[in-house]
Parts: sequence; structure tokens; C-alpha cells
Amino acid sequence: MTDMIDIKPVVADYDSMIKPDKVHSSLYSNPEIYEEELDKIFNNTWVWVGHESEVPDVGSYKTAMIGRHSVIVSRDRKKNLHVLLNRCRHRAATVCEGKKGKTKSFMCPYHGWGYSLDGALRAVPKPEEYEGVFDKSEYPLVSLRFETYQGLIFATFKEDLEPLEDFLGGAKKWIDLFIKQGGGYPLKVLGDHRFRFPGNWKIQLENTTDAYHFPIVHKSFVSSVDDQTAEVFDFLDGEGFVEDLGNGHSVMVMIPELVDLEEDLDAPIPERFQALAEELAAEGHSDLEVRRLVRAVGGSGFNLNLFPNVACSMAFFRTLVPISVNETEIHHVALGGEGAPAAFNQMRIRLHEHFQGPMGFGTPDDAEAWERVQKGSHAGTEEWILLNRGQENLSTSPDGNVAGAVCSETGMRAAYQQWKKMMTA
Amino acid sequence: MSDLNLLNRVRAFIDTEADMLDFEEYNAWLDLWTDNGVYVVPIDPKETDFANTLNYAYDKAEMRKLRVARLQSGEAVSTQTTEKTVRQLGRFRILAESDTHVEVRCSMYLSECRHGNLKTYPADVTYKLLKADDEFRIDEKVIRLQNSDAYLSSIGYIL
Ligand code: FES
Ligand SMILES: [Fe+2]
Repeated sequence: MTDMIDIKPVVADYDSMIKPDKVHSSLYSNPEIYEEELDKIFNNTWVWVGHESEVPDVGSYKTAMIGRHSVIVSRDRKKNLHVLLNRCRHRAATVCEGKKGKTKSFMCPYHGWGYSLDGALRAVPKPEEYEGVFDKSEYPLVSLRFETYQGLIFATFKEDLEPLEDFLGGAKKWIDLFIKQGGGYPLKVLGDHRFRFPGNWKIQLENTTDAYHFPIVHKSFVSSVDDQTAEVFDFLDGEGFVEDLGNGHSVMVMIPELVDLEEDLDAPIPERFQALAEELAAEGHSDLEVRRLVRAVGGSGFNLNLFPNVACSMAFFRTLVPISVNETEIHHVALGGEGAPAAFNQMRIRLHEHFQGPMGFGTPDDAEAWERVQKGSHAGTEEWILLNRGQENLSTSPDGNVAGAVCSETGMRAAYQQWKKMMTA
Repeated sequence: MSDLNLLNRVRAFIDTEADMLDFEEYNAWLDLWTDNGVYVVPIDPKETDFANTLNYAYDKAEMRKLRVARLQSGEAVSTQTTEKTVRQLGRFRILAESDTHVEVRCSMYLSECRHGNLKTYPADVTYKLLKADDEFRIDEKVIRLQNSDAYLSSIGYIL
């Protein structure tokens, strides 16, 4: 008699569905593939859960999702961070609701088990019946492995996963550049816009590295800004590029002049920030400081797409939460400088409101396009999603990566190769 | 009795504003505002410092004009797929009155129809109205959507 080998039935033949230049439409709509993604991708890699500035103090917490799991990011009495499963060890009720806040402990509403900020089970009502059954130390909230890079917090269910910094690899350089937009102050989360659209999460993943849509979908945004700014956003014929950074990550540089916000501080101040510069100068900030703030205020000139769920997108974090195979929640996380002049943070907030979120001049048009992608992708039985734009015009970047034109689909190809690698592992 | 008179005048003004928005008379709507008026859709319904926090919308005169231009331009695909909105305002209460201003709170039920799907946005709305001769001008309008702190979908019109 031979040993039984437990082989999980394969949902689909991913090799035949992910080609170098196209992916099969059912990746957007097959519920079984979606469930397998949650297992094989979201349970198996570093997933972004927040930024350290969202939990600044003892007792600060925020909630987040890792695939189908609700988690709490908390800061304990010793100021240490924790990522905890949001699930009571008794009979599973969530111990924390809401987006964020401050608390002394997490109390389960069902039978009153109380957990401290580090997840330890502190008290259970009427403990007598547990005498000889278990010791409280056996049932803390389940704590997940997490690591941070430049304040970005990533957690994972996989204990033996490579270190976060190895996973980020070539993306680290771009994160270092991205955080310079605090204008000389530590980067700080200033709030977020949350909205859902009826479409698969990968449609959003692709979009962060899709410069091709910008002048079409965002025509009304471009019409709403001054000529000088409109010119800055007219980047399809410029010197920008997309680079495959490995592990599914990619960077799309749209505005090369705004890659390093600490360089070119003597560049002329753009018209739209003239009033801000004057205000900061009137407050007594030195010319250098004014220039540093003004250069940083509009954000970086690139989108860094980190597989699978977050992007450092010009001036904000864009994170995606898969809700179902055909529904996704997006958070546009606004950023500013901790302790930076109020006028600087106000301007950053106003710029965020102008484009982002469900009432911005940009996002609703993106969401409309994505909804139409989902709807259209159901048509036909053997149709494909093309990813071949710019595939014959590749080069090697100074960092040794595959690079294509700014409006190539290089970043999407990178993400889908990682997707295939994880789904077939 | 003078209170009821004021309430009636306020209601008439706000109903007219609602009608303008539902029937897309956006230029007339722009004229209802004071020069320094602010239109706000906050995220946290308890927030009061709108200038220093992230909102869904925080429009002074210039942004209101741009928002209207965007709606009228036909360039924004998301504004083309929402059929007209229908809104009903009620539960009016005068919160404060001074020589120059009236502060009003009311409820709003707004329904939209996008791609054939009907969706409702209930909200509390507060107005600060400037008394201008026999008329009013809007100095501040704050729309606190009932689900503002959770998540929304695209809103391709003016609340
Ligand atoms: S489920 Fe939490 S105490 Fe019972
Ligand atoms: Fe877009």
C-alpha cells in the first residue's frame, strides 16, 4: 500500500492563463481563483497594514485587512508595535471595531475577555470554571510576524518568509525617495479616503502602473489646473519610464524632475505654489526651508507599486482590500509632515482632495473605467487582457532592471509574473 | 411667530438650492454663495476643523467653480453615467440666529442612479446662511453623510 499524498486540486492551469503578454479574463471573475489568491498570495507574503505614524502613541491602534483576516496594529505601553488577529480566543468575536483610535485594552464584547495592547489575555470573568482547564498565558490574541521599512508596516502569516528588506529589494531605493516628501519632516498620515468599486483587485493593482490612461481618463482634472501644472502632467512623451523591480514590484516614473525632492532646490517655484511660498516666508522660514517645503508639497514624480496591496503613489499611499472576486475597497492615504508648517500640510490635504477619493476630480473617473473593465471582461468565452504594450521597446536600467517606456505595460507584466509564481508554487 | 416665518424662509431657500442641484442649474447654484463660503463633505462627522483635516470635499469659491466646470464639460466619464439625483430635505431646525447669520440643520435623503443602480445617501446637513436683504447667501454648507466614516462609491455630482 502506498502512502496517500494530499494533493490540493488545482483550480486552474495558471501556466496557460498567464502569458508573458496577456492574461486570461477569468482572472477577474472566477470566484475559485479569487479564493486561491487569498490563500496563496495574501496568506503567503508581506502585506502592508499601515504606517507607523497611524499608531503614534501608547494605546494607539488601527485595524487593517490581510486578505480575509481582520487584524489590529497596536502600540503597547513600552511603545512596541504589534500586529494581532482581531479575533477573541474564546469564541472568535472581533475585539476591536472601527478604523483607528486609542484604548487601554481590547475587550471582547461577548463574554468579556480582556486583552492588553500587546495581545496578552489579562482577565476573564468568572474564572473558576477555567481552573485546571487552561492558563491565561496560553490564549493571547494571535500575534503576527511583522517588519517595518521607513515606517511602512508589513505583516505576514508566513513565519519562514524572507526578511521584508529582501522582499522589497529594488523597491527600497524608491521608498527612500518617496519619504522625502515630508519636506524635511517625518512623513505622517493625515487621513484617508475610502471607496469601493465593483471590480477585481488586480484592476487596481494594474492601474497604479498605467500611465497610458492618464490623459484620457483624467482630462477633466487636467482641465482644472493651470497651464504650467497641466504641462507637468503631460508626461506620456517625456523621459519617464517603468522599471521591473522584481518580486512583482515596479516603479513608474512620470515626472523625472521630481524623483529626488532634495535635489534642484533652486529650481523656480511653480506658479501654483507661489502663494504658499510667500506665506511660508512671511512666517519666517528661511529661503532654503521654503524651497524644500515647496518642492516637496506636490509629492514625488513616480508611482511605486508594491505587490500585492500597496503603492507609494506620487503623494499618497494607495492600498487595496479585496472584498470579493468582483469588489475591491481602495484607501487613498493622505500624507504630510509631522510638525511641518500648517500651511504645508493644508496644501497637501487640498491637493489630495482635488484629485483623490470618491469626490475628487480624478478618482471617480478611474473607478468608472475599472467598473467598465470588470463588466466588459465577462463578455466572450476565450478573451484575454492585453499586457503587451511596449514589450518590443525594452532596455536595461542603470540598476540592471528591465525597463520600458513610461506608458508601457512593463509594471503589469512584472506583477502578473509574481502572481503566477505564487499561484503555481 | 417670527421664528416660523424665518424657518419658512430658510426652508424655501434650501429647497430652491436642492432643486437647482437636482436639475443641474449649477451656475445659478454658484450665485447662491458668499465670496468666502465653504462647501464641505467631511469624513469624520464629528470633525469641526475642516481646513486642517482631510475631507471628501472642501471647496472655496474657486474649487466650486472648477467642480461645476468639470460637471458641465462632459470630459469626466464618471459624471456622464449618473442619471439625475433626487434629494429631499426635511427636519429643519434653526440652531442659531444673529443679526447677520442664521444657522440651520436639516436631514437630506439623496438618491442617485448610476448604471441603472439606485443608491441612497442619507446625510445631516448644516448651513450657515448670511442674511442678505430679503434673501440668504450660503456662507458654509457641511454635508455629513451617514456612511462617511466607512466607505463610499464615486460621487459624480454635487451633494
Ligand atoms: S467570544 Fe470573546 S469572550 Fe467569548
Ligand atoms: Fe487614474
